[in-house]
Amino acid sequence: MKRYSAFAVAREALRNHKGWGRAWAAPEPKRHYDVIIVGAGGHGLATAYYLGRNFGITNVAVLEKGWLGGGNTGRNTTIIRSNYLQDPSAAIYEKARSLYETLSQDLNYNVMYSPRGVMMLAQTQAEVRGYRRTAHANALQGVQTEWISPARVKELVPIINIDGPRYPVLGALWQARGGTARHDAVAWGYARACSAMGMHIIQQCEVTGIRRENGRVAGVDTTRGAIACDKLGLVVAGHSGVLAEMAGFRLPIESVALQALVSEPIKPCMDVVVMANTVHGYMSQSDKGEMVIGGGADGFNNYTQRGSFHHVEETVRALVETFPMISRLKMLRQWGGIVDMTGDRSPILSKTPLEGCFINCGWGTGGFKSIPGSGWGMAELMATGESALTRAFGLERFREGRFIDESVAAGVAH
Amino acid sequence: MSTRIAAHGRLIDRAKSVGFTFNGKPMRGYAGDTLASALLAGDQMVMGRSYKYHRPRGAVASGAEEPNALMGLGEGAKFEPNQRATTTELFEGLTARSQNHWPGLEFDVGAVNGRLSRFLPAGFYYKMFIHPRAFWKHVYEPVIRQAAGLGRVPGGRDADTYEHFHCFTDVLVIGGGVAGLQAARSAAASGASVLVLEQSAHWGGRAPVDGGTVDGAGADDFVRETVAELEAMPNVTLRNRCMGAGVYDHGYALGYERLTDHAPRAGGPRHRLWRIRARRIVTATGAIERPLAFAGNDVPGVMLASAMRDYLVNWAVAPGRRVIVATNNDDAYRTAITLKTSGIDVLRILDARSSGGGALMQEARALGIRIDCGRAIGRVSGGKRVRSVAVCAQEGTGGALEEVECDAVAMSGGWSPVVHLWSHCGGKLIWDEARAHFRPDPERPPRGADGEGFVIPAGAANGELALNGILGDADEAGKTAARGAGFKPARSKAPRGETVEEAPLQPVWLMPRHADAHLRAKAWLDYQNDVKVSDVRLAAQEGYHSVEHTKRYTTLGMATDQGKLSNINGLATLADAIGSEIPQVGTTTFRPPYTPISMGAIAGEARGAIFQPVRRTPMHGWHEANGADWEPVGQWRRPYTYLRDGESQHDAVMREVRNTRQAVGLLDASTLGKLLVKGPDAGRFLDMLYTNMMSTLKPGKCRYGLMCSENGFLIDDGVVARIDEHTFLCHTTTGGAERIHAHMEEWLQTEWWDWQVHVANLTEQFAQVAVVGPDARKLLERLGGMDLSAGAMAFMEWRDGRIAEFDARVYRISFSGELSFEVAVPASQGLAFWEALMDAGREFGVMPYGTEALHVMRAEKGFIMIGDETDGTVIPQDLGLGWAISKKKEDYLGKRAQARPHMTDPTRWKLVGLETVDGAVLPDGAYALAEGVNANGQRNVQGRVTSTYMSPTLGRGIAMGLVLNGPDRMGEVLEFPGTDGKTYQARIVDQVFYDKDGEKQNV
Ligand SMILES: Cc1cc2nc3c(=O)[nH]c(=O)nc-3n(C[C@H](O)[C@H](O)[C@H](O)COP(=O)(O)OP(=O)(O)OC[C@H]3O[C@@H](n4cnc5c(N)ncnc54)[C@H](O)[C@@H]3O)c2cc1C
Repeated sequence: MKRYSAFAVAREALRNHKGWGRAWAAPEPKRHYDVIIVGAGGHGLATAYYLGRNFGITNVAVLEKGWLGGGNTGRNTTIIRSNYLQDPSAAIYEKARSLYETLSQDLNYNVMYSPRGVMMLAQTQAEVRGYRRTAHANALQGVQTEWISPARVKELVPIINIDGPRYPVLGALWQARGGTARHDAVAWGYARACSAMGMHIIQQCEVTGIRRENGRVAGVDTTRGAIACDKLGLVVAGHSGVLAEMAGFRLPIESVALQALVSEPIKPCMDVVVMANTVHGYMSQSDKGEMVIGGGADGFNNYTQRGSFHHVEETVRALVETFPMISRLKMLRQWGGIVDMTGDRSPILSKTPLEGCFINCGWGTGGFKSIPGSGWGMAELMATGESALTRAFGLERFREGRFIDESVAAGVAH
Repeated sequence: MSTRIAAHGRLIDRAKSVGFTFNGKPMRGYAGDTLASALLAGDQMVMGRSYKYHRPRGAVASGAEEPNALMGLGEGAKFEPNQRATTTELFEGLTARSQNHWPGLEFDVGAVNGRLSRFLPAGFYYKMFIHPRAFWKHVYEPVIRQAAGLGRVPGGRDADTYEHFHCFTDVLVIGGGVAGLQAARSAAASGASVLVLEQSAHWGGRAPVDGGTVDGAGADDFVRETVAELEAMPNVTLRNRCMGAGVYDHGYALGYERLTDHAPRAGGPRHRLWRIRARRIVTATGAIERPLAFAGNDVPGVMLASAMRDYLVNWAVAPGRRVIVATNNDDAYRTAITLKTSGIDVLRILDARSSGGGALMQEARALGIRIDCGRAIGRVSGGKRVRSVAVCAQEGTGGALEEVECDAVAMSGGWSPVVHLWSHCGGKLIWDEARAHFRPDPERPPRGADGEGFVIPAGAANGELALNGILGDADEAGKTAARGAGFKPARSKAPRGETVEEAPLQPVWLMPRHADAHLRAKAWLDYQNDVKVSDVRLAAQEGYHSVEHTKRYTTLGMATDQGKLSNINGLATLADAIGSEIPQVGTTTFRPPYTPISMGAIAGEARGAIFQPVRRTPMHGWHEANGADWEPVGQWRRPYTYLRDGESQHDAVMREVRNTRQAVGLLDASTLGKLLVKGPDAGRFLDMLYTNMMSTLKPGKCRYGLMCSENGFLIDDGVVARIDEHTFLCHTTTGGAERIHAHMEEWLQTEWWDWQVHVANLTEQFAQVAVVGPDARKLLERLGGMDLSAGAMAFMEWRDGRIAEFDARVYRISFSGELSFEVAVPASQGLAFWEALMDAGREFGVMPYGTEALHVMRAEKGFIMIGDETDGTVIPQDLGLGWAISKKKEDYLGKRAQARPHMTDPTRWKLVGLETVDGAVLPDGAYALAEGVNANGQRNVQGRVTSTYMSPTLGRGIAMGLVLNGPDRMGEVLEFPGTDGKTYQARIVDQVFYDKDGEKQNV
């Protein structure tokens, strides 16, 4: 693999960039792999990467039915934060956030992690109390957050309206080292690093069946033939229910469309990420200059990756109220992704009833930020059968009632 | 110097001169001009700078597909960035500024990026700026951010207003060209209601410019007559300046009407968003011409051939005096002919086809235009304006055969149907080999609930490019739409269109075909984002083979024009680079809106004070006038406290608590949810909803009840009163009224649909006042009326009666521990009742109290509060509320869940009281420390504060909290670190701080 650097780009510039090779190889599937990961989204690729990096397991294939990174990983609004309330969540999201800090260097691919700060506005007394509580919890979890005043909010985000009239800003929970990253680059960077370790990333390869032998996983059927494996990881977000059915078990998951939209690009006007959960919307400005906007999920189960207009309207209305100047910007594009929602809105990283088969899903509306941490924990779980990071996220929690409910502190979880 | 010509100008009124400014410079145009045509007429060729390389750019198109000529329009609170000059109608006083340059349009420092372009290929930022780590956030990113972005940031609150229209129509026709008009006519003839939307200010689309005849008359005549005919039909609505923005499931569509953008002093809303339900949608959205990819195809003066024709015919503007035309099809000859007949020199027509074109070529030749077949543009030279063109062989590598000096280039790479709206909702495309474009696949339309296709493409949008074919196709589309909407189409024939026969086009994706690397690095695909042929080829070389990968890696098609000009050329380039075919590569997804629409229009009227309705109790105005310090609770506002002159919030709350405990206080409790549950199965239903037994409650009695979710968690509480055998009134929390109502309906409608129960939300029908304190009874007796003595009405009973002249329902319940009556009167009597209580209470020292005093008093009494002690993870058993869970019932919502292992775990945190050792107030939400750290290195904890207040009654801080084994650890001291750096010590105590035996409320 050719290393990326400013020098390399300069050198290549002088010969019309002829020397750049493929970022990742496009091999034919082998008959057997030690580990197969289904789904080349961020979580699938990160799982594969840390299997190789941390455990030396490199006879791995990542199978993707479409193009890698084309699921929610390539559709999300890229907010990264770890100011979660419950211990298990704070642990895995903070692990992820701290890995993001050095991810560009680890992968030798600029994922543009930008710790520009994430602000969650409190606009009701209930939110004030919820975020104060979160700040207390975070202090003990090693997550750096801070409760800030409306004046400080205004100072950090001059374009914000803090005076209401309907929902004046009462303060905010501020995570200075939260931020954003470039979503495609995260997927591409991991893919390139996996490929460099000799792993096979196989696109246009849909898994259509899961083979079992003596109660153990034996391999998968795909649109490119049958492939055997010793261990199988299902990391397919919105399609987890479909894959679980192939493996013979059921999941407490509903799939719904979550939408986002961007404005036309303008010059920099907002350097932080702002989330306003009472009015239901959040916004940041991309490096391109677009205002990146999101809100709540559509209220009905759905597999089409497009959404209704009604949610867009609700979200935009909320943000025009919060940032009055965006009224004169234009919506450039709206889109949707299918998110996998569990009953407690927390993910599942777990062994399954089928031996040798593991599942990583349920990240719902907020799993971009967790990609490195999830991959780290999932790799550990698959390699060793146990991981402190994933322990609380097992499937059995739904039977036991051991939920990890984050809605406690904030309504929207991106 | 004006470039206005004497001929043509069908859209301008030369009698009306219009003044405007561009970058502060005063200029003039005519009524009917677009900003772009007026600028061109004033010889202002450069209109903006590109996004990445800051290249000087002029208008390349004449309509919605324009990627270059973006302006900031207006001033102050009416400023708006990124407006296309090509779709901006000129008006007196318009102020326009070009964008994305510093210090100015003519000289822009950012243009250095262009010099460095070879160091900034596609995706360069993924490979660079990796080290040192801190530099991305602090150095590289800020620089990139500053360089990126296009327009200036609008200032402050928008001075304009916006509105929404909702409408139903049988047939929606999008596009008011000849196809749209004919489709509307044939659909309307069936009697179906028809709505026609046209994005521009003019009907007729391209046909009047392109020529040809309809039933023997000119296209202009056809358009005029058809519009007149449609206007006269009562079942037809025509709307121009109204763009079909998006098509969604179930025949839902958006129209975006620009009401005053062209006349800002007209008053009224600026934009109107049409929210349309149509049974059938006809997309007659036309086609867009493709640029040709040759080196220097972005130099100002290089223009789509059709756009150049538009400027001539519509606005009498000649973008150049010495023009070269490059084409791969016959249509561009029309431009050459129009130029020539307008007195402009056409130096060459470079036709990439080795055998040239058909009849139009003959016509051009007859006019004396030189036509070179098999020729191509090797490179356009020029900086801010075309200077010359190097001519080469199309089949070669770009070796120049001659250099021709000229000042404009018209190019045509063929036409692509506008398939966006067809595709928004899942319509699929097929590749038309002969015409080299994607068009709607009739077999795979977007389908509605009935399984039928609900979008019908018509005319050029359906791949028909000749006038007769367009009219026939549109006529049929209108009939199909009418039929689909349930109407019988009238028998009629399509009008007959006549145009010159055209020779077939030859696809040209790169000019010349074997252009070398240097030329490819100057051949633009996406103008605005500066994506060139070399970038797409680099993406392909690096394995970004999926069209989505290429798009994202290079940013092809991601600019404000969303690739209207670049998409097909881009994917053809990709297909070529990876040795694949265009249909295999496929397109990226088309997403709404068709062109960008204002956020203002999306938000509509709902902003400021009417962003969401404020719900008001009948006493709202009284509170307002009497010092209420408001707290939003859901959509309600409730007085947090009532401030007296100079009083702090805290002092006011303390005063209200003291007064209520010592004398009497009034609380406006009208916002509490009041759900009437009625029917023979009402008791059985409530037994399932509440953990308590409600069916055994006697009429006249009240019971405090708990409601849990299916997962066992406590979701609401409140007092249930049995009104009669079949009727219950359930009180919910203020925030819970709508939620619990919906919860009840969900169970009734999906699970117990055969139970005879109705639920009605009566919250706003009653005003409710809590009269609380030792003098509460005396106060009510002073008003006179029903007997409220302890003998007549015991604790937890209710009675109907009259108090003074008011119809009252009195509940003897208490959330404060004091003697307390909650009195409900009809909402219309609420204010008078409240005022009567204040009057009569004066001698007892009555004072109103707000939500915070309510909270303090309930906490002193050890009562839980939904949202404080509960957070969606707490079960009643955690809160010591086991007594409210019926052991006799077979089932209730949450019962099974509460038997799950984690719910019965003895180590669940339980409710206790907490008292700081030094009397201070514990910080809200603080956690109690335990020994050590967990496996993830997080500090172990053993409890948390759920409510904490200063108690004026006890003169110290009191709190409640959930603590590991709490009830068994009375007297133990726990440590709570605050976020203020201090650690608070608090003792575990009983949670009832006040009147443990309930003597006060039972008098
Ligand atoms: C609009 C939107 C906004 C969001 N905003 C944020 C945000 O701001 N911050 C944040 O942290 N998170 C956000 N999220 C959530 C985040 O995007 C997801 O949680 C995360 O990307 C999930 O990654 P993944 O790898 O699990 O899934 P995906 O990226 O969806 O990958 C799953 C992959 O599995 C493949 N697959 C499915 N079935 C098969 C099969 N049978 N065979 C082979 N392959 C298969 C799919 O094609 C897909 O590529 C947002 C999501 C959306 C939709």
